[in-house]
Amino acid sequence: MAIEPIIGTEVEYGITVTNNESFNPVTASALVVNAYGGGRGRIRWSYDDETPGRDARGFNVGMQPIDENDSGLVNAVLLNGARLYVDHAHPEYSTPECSDPLEATLHDKAGELVMHQAAEAANTLLPEGQRLLLYKNNSDGKGNSYGAHENYLVSRSVPFGALAQHLTAFFVTRQILTGSGKVGSEHGRPDVGFQISQRADFFEEEIGLETTLKRPIINTRDEPHSDAQKYRRLHVIIGDATQSEIQTFVKVGAASLVLMALEDQVLGDPILLADPVGAITAISHDTTLQQPVKLADGTEATALELQRHYFDIAEEYVASHDLAPAYKQVIGEWRSLLTDIAEGYEAVADRLDWAAKMTMVEGYRRRDSLAWDDPKLHLVDLQFHDIDPDKGLYHRLVQAGRMRRLFSDAEVVEATQHAPESTRAYFRGECLRRYGSSVVAANWDSLVFDTGASTLVRLPMMEPRKGTRDLVDDLFAASPDAATLIHNIGGSND
Amino acid sequence: MTDRERARKRSADQTEDVTQDAVTNRGEEVAEKIDDLLDEIDTVLEENAAEFVKNYVQKGGQ
Repeated sequence: MAIEPIIGTEVEYGITVTNNESFNPVTASALVVNAYGGGRGRIRWSYDDETPGRDARGFNVGMQPIDENDSGLVNAVLLNGARLYVDHAHPEYSTPECSDPLEATLHDKAGELVMHQAAEAANTLLPEGQRLLLYKNNSDGKGNSYGAHENYLVSRSVPFGALAQHLTAFFVTRQILTGSGKVGSEHGRPDVGFQISQRADFFEEEIGLETTLKRPIINTRDEPHSDAQKYRRLHVIIGDATQSEIQTFVKVGAASLVLMALEDQVLGDPILLADPVGAITAISHDTTLQQPVKLADGTEATALELQRHYFDIAEEYVASHDLAPAYKQVIGEWRSLLTDIAEGYEAVADRLDWAAKMTMVEGYRRRDSLAWDDPKLHLVDLQFHDIDPDKGLYHRLVQAGRMRRLFSDAEVVEATQHAPESTRAYFRGECLRRYGSSVVAANWDSLVFDTGASTLVRLPMMEPRKGTRDLVDDLFAASPDAATLIHNIGGSND
Repeated sequence: MTDRERARKRSADQTEDVTQDAVTNRGEEVAEKIDDLLDEIDTVLEENAAEFVKNYVQKGGQ
């Protein structure tokens, strides 16, 4: 039987500073990361095991080794096991490793709160009259995109070719459930008033290693951050940053179920699209969901029909396997979305970001007779993603009771301070909480301690399902300090 | 068309009218609720939409 994937998201946030047209996004992003005060360890990120140029198809690309002295590389590891850092010219939040879709959704939301608190702290350091704003979106509307990536740790035994073959049609058609909506089009795509996805206009290849140019539907980066004999990490770059909790939940839950069905070889024959790259734009640009796309066998199907196909397999899979309870909940929400969306976008405006945004945009068009190129519509589009609860339009919809939620505010706050308990993120977060002054570096699969001895001690954590609360709480209780911890683990500490 | 058929058609037309009115009324209610929301959103939207949107440029993303 397939393993339930370990899940994580990484979101690059859009950043701007008002009344300062010459603001430097790298400096501003560093300000955000360094200003964050809540629940962080002031330690270095270790790049020892990072290999972004390793390709799942079996070769290595000469990508630049990461320069730890680059002033743009600002990092924090948080008490909840997450990573808050500057990537390129954006602040980015990587959730800790999560063991099910509900936990992953909660930690994706916690990332928004961490970013908001960091921006608030950064704002106290800016000159009078300037304001730093962060957006959880994927496009500036001018041809520049930034990512919201998903990570699924699956068995190494799943051949990469099978992943690519089966998942392309799934990822291309899931936009109808995962899009966060956009006014207009970019990147040389045909004109459209409103489209389903923020990211769709930017995909140009079916498969490849790139993430910033010629973005591929299937990304081949092979960097498992764990035992590479045992695992591969599927790095998904085709997806929108979503604020709706139910939408994020179904996004990561559906993908996890499809991956498990694939590993257990119950997905059936792969559905092959005649033109996957063309289909991305065609589906995103059709908010009626009525236009079919061509399949390689000459037949046609709509995105909704193809998503129903994957849903049927996933529903059967959940019914016949003993999975984490969250997966039953995924099936319930996924089924409701597929049923309701057939009635039109208004029927899912309480659960899907693109439909919520489109409701507002269409409201303005009707009430104020605005043309599609009216700046106000583009502002509504942008401000939907402002993560400030007072200004962000998603937040205003939540406050007006128009968006359904999965979590209370208190649960999200809690997740900014505490790691998931059933992955190695627990060990990382608790080591920072308990022995923070002795932890000098961290990354996904190791921690480095300075206990005052003559050498630093590196603790590898190559198994993401170890270091859990069940496995390490006794160890912590018996280890009042880092030196004792290392001794108790049996590591050298002369 | 017989009288009975005519009567049935007239009745059907009336039902359709009533249904249509209900749809229109519900549509107006929905529009009113959305207008209330838009009024509220208008109070938080950034000032000078054209300038604000123009200045939002993001380079160097994945």
